[in-house]
Amino acid sequence: MVSTTSTRRPRSAGTAGGAMGSRRPPGGDELPLPSTTGALRRAVRRNLTAYGFLCAALICFAFFSWYPMVREIVLSFQQNNFVDPGEWVGFDNFRTVIADPAFRAAWLNTAAFSGLALVIGYAVPFVLAVVLNELKHAKAYLRFVVYLPVMLPPAVAVLLFKWFYDPGAGLFNQALDAVHLPPLSWLDSTSTALVSLVIVSTWMNLGTGTLIYLAALQSIPGELYESAELDGAGLFKRVRHVTIPQTKLILLVMLLLQVVATMQVFIEPYLLTGGGPENATVTVAYLMYQYAFNFGDFGGGSALGLMLMIVLLVFSTIYLRVSREEAER
Amino acid sequence: MRTLVSPLALRTRHGRIIYWTILTLTVVGFTGAFVFPFYWMVSGALKSPDELAQIPPSFFPKSADFSVYKEAWDQLQLGVFLKNTALYAGGAWLFTLAVDVSAAYALSKLRPVLGKLVLGAMLATLMIPPMVLLLPTYLVAKDLPILHLDLLNTPWAIWLPAAANGFFVFLLKRFFDSIPRELLEAAEIDGASPGRILWSIVLPVSRPIIGVVSILSVVTVWKDFVWPLLVLPETDKMSISVGIASLSAQMPQNVLIASLVIASLPTILVFFVFQRSIMAGLTAGSLKG
Repeated sequence: MVSTTSTRRPRSAGTAGGAMGSRRPPGGDELPLPSTTGALRRAVRRNLTAYGFLCAALICFAFFSWYPMVREIVLSFQQNNFVDPGEWVGFDNFRTVIADPAFRAAWLNTAAFSGLALVIGYAVPFVLAVVLNELKHAKAYLRFVVYLPVMLPPAVAVLLFKWFYDPGAGLFNQALDAVHLPPLSWLDSTSTALVSLVIVSTWMNLGTGTLIYLAALQSIPGELYESAELDGAGLFKRVRHVTIPQTKLILLVMLLLQVVATMQVFIEPYLLTGGGPENATVTVAYLMYQYAFNFGDFGGGSALGLMLMIVLLVFSTIYLRVSREEAER
Repeated sequence: MRTLVSPLALRTRHGRIIYWTILTLTVVGFTGAFVFPFYWMVSGALKSPDELAQIPPSFFPKSADFSVYKEAWDQLQLGVFLKNTALYAGGAWLFTLAVDVSAAYALSKLRPVLGKLVLGAMLATLMIPPMVLLLPTYLVAKDLPILHLDLLNTPWAIWLPAAANGFFVFLLKRFFDSIPRELLEAAEIDGASPGRILWSIVLPVSRPIIGVVSILSVVTVWKDFVWPLLVLPETDKMSISVGIASLSAQMPQNVLIASLVIASLPTILVFFVFQRSIMAGLTAGSLKG
């Protein structure tokens, strides 16, 4: 009977059981404080059960998330051939990668890629979402279609665009030709290669942003638009004074998420250009890959990875603060 | 519901003209931007290499030659790649559910000592994108610490890291937190063990979130490129994306395009069937952070 009450209220088990114990003579249990040890035993058992449920996750996270964070730092300060124990070399790996002419190019390209992806990939989904939210027809179709490219495996989408970019019979140059514009060399020219990468990346990711904004727009109370209209606000004023303030936080969150996502760009340069022409599309993540798997220099690669991690952590920290602010609203 | 444009403005002649113009433009624009590339891909596969190189291109293939799909299937051993990918995605799904559901249940309902710290450490992994930890994680898969196992070219190299997903633990825990305590306590009084409570009470009421996590986990593994590229370098073990990408250089153009069509079918089909859950998953984490 005592055990029933205490399981129902595990937190007060000790006091409740103790009170009862003092009133009644202890039953079969001969221990001086039966209820306290019982509570303790139950607490231990509950914790053991809990950690039993947790252990698989703890092992997976330890091996594939937590340990790699430490290992990244260790690797970037070591010279390693993975046979002998690694040799500490201080900042040598950092000096090596910074001296590499591709280093500057990689950071500039990554920044340019993120910047361009923001210019196109940030405003466009918002505008599309605003328009979609107004349309009363073909809703399901438009929503389905805009998300279709997101469902493609990125490698498939990128290889598809590689064919579209073909300077001869590729779809894009044929389309330009059809409207009497001169052909472009897309991936083969230093001036257009990076933009071409941004186009693929935007095409295959646009749907996510559009649908997230759309969900946010649908939560704006209609009265706000009504009263803005009564105050004489025109269409653009309503966008500026109602739509944007009401979705401000999600806009900011998406901005940060997109910066973090695009700064890791790898698959586009890997499959489309190999970093060329003349380092025009080499990115930090791609350079990191090259250091490790083409040059066999995991120290240099990890040094690059660590630098990228620090930059992205800044954005992630801001993201965390912003999204917490939103959750509190 | 009232949106940006007032229903009154839409009812005027002027408003209706603008509405229908924008609607038409949007439908045509979306179809051109997002559907036409798919048409171009499917029809391109049916063209002969000569027809593909022809300028200007033909809008409809001259002769629909479906044998190219069979050729792609055989030459690229797409059957093997698809089977591999299904194995990786299916196993990752089971692992993710088993590992993350029990972890979230323990953190939400059993509340062990240091539970908050464990949850915090799991959520902290979301701050650091997997890409920047690519090299050390690869080295872990190559030589698992303590146990010294080489996971490369085995499905474990996909399954185990896939289960270490802080976002899924977060989603599941948040859902479990909303299950009323009384429901579980009633079962506890009846003498049900925590495992049994999880199985017969928590899981049945958590179907929506488990659906979302399931689809997200399968699609993520299916679409992944960089990780399988590194940890499954043997041709017979490759996933579909990596397999096609690594053999793409040696293929005739039309065979490559046919293989792209085949590779895009599974995820598109999944999207057709599970559209609702997928879109729910999209807004699940980002809106209510």
